[in-house]
Amino acid sequence: MNPRAVWAIYRVEMARAFRTVLQSIISPVISTSLYFVVFGSAIGSRITEIDGISYGAFIVPGLMMLSLLTQSISNASFAIYFPKFVGSIYELLSAPVSYLEIVIAYVGGAATKSILLGLIILATASLFVPLRIEHPFWMVAFLVLTAVTFSLFGFIIGIWAKTFEQLQLVPLLIITPLTFLGGSFYSIHMLPGVWKTITLFNPVVYLISGFRWSFFGKADVSVGVSLGMTLAFLAVCIAIVAWIFKTGYRLRN
Amino acid sequence: MSSIITIAGVTKTYATGFKALKEINLDIQRGEIFALLGPNGAGKTTLISIVCGIVNRSSGTVTVDGHDIGRDYRAARGLIGLVPQELTIDAFETVWATVNYSRGLFGKPANKAFVEKVLRDLSLWEKKDAKAITLSGGMKRRLMIAKALSHEPRVLFLDEPTAGVDVELRQDMWEMVRRLREDGVTIILTTHYIEEAEAMADRVGVINKGEIILVEGKAELMRKLGRKQMTLELRAPLGAVPEALSRYALELSADGGQLTYTYDNQSDRPGVASLLRDLGAAGIEFRDLDTQNSSLEEIFVNLLRQDQ
Repeated sequence: MNPRAVWAIYRVEMARAFRTVLQSIISPVISTSLYFVVFGSAIGSRITEIDGISYGAFIVPGLMMLSLLTQSISNASFAIYFPKFVGSIYELLSAPVSYLEIVIAYVGGAATKSILLGLIILATASLFVPLRIEHPFWMVAFLVLTAVTFSLFGFIIGIWAKTFEQLQLVPLLIITPLTFLGGSFYSIHMLPGVWKTITLFNPVVYLISGFRWSFFGKADVSVGVSLGMTLAFLAVCIAIVAWIFKTGYRLRN
Repeated sequence: MSSIITIAGVTKTYATGFKALKEINLDIQRGEIFALLGPNGAGKTTLISIVCGIVNRSSGTVTVDGHDIGRDYRAARGLIGLVPQELTIDAFETVWATVNYSRGLFGKPANKAFVEKVLRDLSLWEKKDAKAITLSGGMKRRLMIAKALSHEPRVLFLDEPTAGVDVELRQDMWEMVRRLREDGVTIILTTHYIEEAEAMADRVGVINKGEIILVEGKAELMRKLGRKQMTLELRAPLGAVPEALSRYALELSADGGQLTYTYDNQSDRPGVASLLRDLGAAGIEFRDLDTQNSSLEEIFVNLLRQDQ
């Protein structure tokens, strides 16, 4: 093992976040506040309760997930794409570092950032609505698991992407719609019949549902299924990363 | 001397089907300066990239100080420092941060004194808190070298180190290379500035179209393949070279005042002594005489021509 290398990479990744502190921390606080003004107060005042939870509180887990997914992907994909783009990746490839260490460092860095972000959003939200967390252990577990899984997914995108456009494409065209349609702002029980079934093919539904369960003890789908789906997606991402490294795909060719 | 890098039967075929390396066998001796010469696209960078672990080889084996670059990549890569051709640095990092990062990446414990020495040696110490993006081209090049030296490598690869570098920096760089060699570091450089190879290298390898066409000690190479020229300043201009001297294939300058004789050490052309005798016999007198060895550059061009 080369723990010093993991630490060196991790530190650089974290330093980048603190260098761009405005973008990394202030902007999610502002956007969360805006969501609360728009959804929580303006629209939320007309929706009284969902599943016995005030609408303002109901959207908190969804909002956290929304940021967690997009930030995990963009952090991790950018972290590995940027050195590829400027060419400084040569150093990483020529260093005595194993693939596992590369993944731990980059994915760890990206996941740490998005977890911190999730907690900042939670703190901001608690200024607007009274919150309770019924299953704190599972809340943290879903938070970490989702951050790691989607950082891995972002890492894959970063290696796959050949242009900045491709780098933006997947988050923009797939993740954002899936998140908005995944029950961030509503319960899927509110959807008309056939859409309720279609929406079950959206993996993000399970993440948000499980996460919301950890807050309020209420879920759209059973929490076991949520956990299972999250782990399944994690397994798929690990398999893809393993394949990338085995073949040197877009790295050593 | 034992070899520190052994390259055996290494080939590289890119996904496009392009055969960048046909079959490379090469030994680099411990502590030497080895110059790899070749025209653009000959496979120099591909070969270096394979040894350093940046590109996967298609077949063959490479060992660095006995460590296989595949099975034992940690030990192998830990010994190597690489300065690539392109100036590729994370532009937003400071000099100090990026050099320490490199050291950590290679698994070495933090050593501020050593990093400071590297930066001082490369005249970068004043700039240690500057971001890479603010450095001049020459400074960036020094920074790339500092990064490569940060983990105290035993083998240093310099890929076209002086491309686009001003004269002063180039001399500093060669000074540094000499110092490193004194410390026992093996240096492999690619260049197409042949005068550099001529000035610095112990041995020269020539690569063309993915094949090593020659590896030789620089001195032997110059002796074996170097051509010599002797120029005679004549006392009185000649109208034409006399018939009696035709076997020397002499060249007469346009004004008739200079005779040039080209010979090489291996050809069976008659020697200088007999030419001088025959000149005397023909009654041609000269004021002065000058001989020149051909440069590595001429040797190189000739080799590539033969290889066509």
